[in-house]
Amino acid sequence: MNAYRGLAIIFGFYALGEFTSSAFNLPIPGSVLGMLFLLAALTAGIVRLEWVENEAELFVKNMSVMFIPPGVGIILYISLLKSQLIPVVGAIVVSFLVTLITTAKVVELLRREGR
Amino acid sequence: MNPYGMAITLVVFYVFSELHARRKAFYTNPVLLSIATIAAFLWFGGFSYDSYMESAGILKFLLGPAVVSLAVPVYRGLDTIKAYWKEIAAGITVGGTVAILSAFYTAEVLGGSSNVLLSIAPKSVTTAIAIGISEKIGGIPSLTAVLVILTGILGNAVGPELLNVFRVRDRVARGLAMGVTSHGLGTARILLEDEIAGGVSGLAMALNGVFTALVLPYLIKIL
Repeated sequence: MNAYRGLAIIFGFYALGEFTSSAFNLPIPGSVLGMLFLLAALTAGIVRLEWVENEAELFVKNMSVMFIPPGVGIILYISLLKSQLIPVVGAIVVSFLVTLITTAKVVELLRREGR
Repeated sequence: MNPYGMAITLVVFYVFSELHARRKAFYTNPVLLSIATIAAFLWFGGFSYDSYMESAGILKFLLGPAVVSLAVPVYRGLDTIKAYWKEIAAGITVGGTVAILSAFYTAEVLGGSSNVLLSIAPKSVTTAIAIGISEKIGGIPSLTAVLVILTGILGNAVGPELLNVFRVRDRVARGLAMGVTSHGLGTARILLEDEIAGGVSGLAMALNGVFTALVLPYLIKIL
C-alpha cells in the first residue's frame, strides 16, 4: 500500500499545480508549479522524502518513453518543418554554441574571482 | 480505446533501448529513433495521429507527474546548491536567458514563423518542462519535443569537445554549461567524465527548467 502514498502525493501536487495555474491564469505550466510546491513541502518537512522517493524515482528514470507520443506529433507539421528547415536548424546550432560557451565562461570567471 | 498506440510505442522503445545499451552513441538515441520509426509507420501506413494517441496519450499525460517528481532530485541536491549557489545562480540566469534569446532571434533572422519561434525558445530545457512551456505560450509542443531532443543530442555528441576547444577546464563550469545547454542528454555525457560536473549538471538542468518556465512566458511578451 506504501506506493499509493507516494503516488497520491505526486498526483496530488500535480493537481494542485494545475489548479493554481488555471485559477490564477498563470502562463507557468502546472507541472512546474506542482514541483515547486512539492519541493517546498519537502523542505518544510510536511512531506517526508521516504514517502515519495521510490515513486518519484520511477517517474524520473522512465521519463524518456513519455517524450515519444508528443514527439510523433511532428507528422502533423511535416510541411511546416520543410518550409522552416533553415531557421529551425540554424537556431538550434547557433543557440547551442552560444549558450554552451557563454555559460561556461561566465561560471569560469566567477570561479577564478572566488579564488 | 484501441491498444495499438501504446503497444507500438513500448515495443519500438524497448528494441531501440536494447540497441542503445549495446552501442552507446548519440546516433543510437532511443527516443529520437523511436519517434522517427513510429512517425514513418503512421505516415506511410496511412494511420492518423489521433488513433495512435488513443492509448499512447497516457504516456504524454504522465509527463505532468514526472515533472513534479523532479522535486526529489532537486531536494537531494540542496547541499550542492548551497555549496555552489553563486555559480548556479549566475550560470542559470545568464545561460538560461542566452538560450532563449539566441534561439529566438536566430530563428527570426533566418525567417522563422511565429509559431516556430515560440516552439524553439524553450529548446534548452528538459523535454517534459519544455513541452509544458510550449503548450502554455502557444508554440507547437511536438516540434518543441523534437527540437529539445536534437539539442540534447548535440550536447551529448560534441559538448565536452567544444568546451575543450574553448579551454574550459573548471569542472563546475563544464557541468553547469552542459546542464543549462543540453539538459538530460548533456548531463548523461558529462557524468561520464566527472561526478561533480555531472551532479551540478543534473541540478542545473532541473533549475534551468524552473527558471525558463517562470521567465519565458513573460519574456516572450516583450520580444
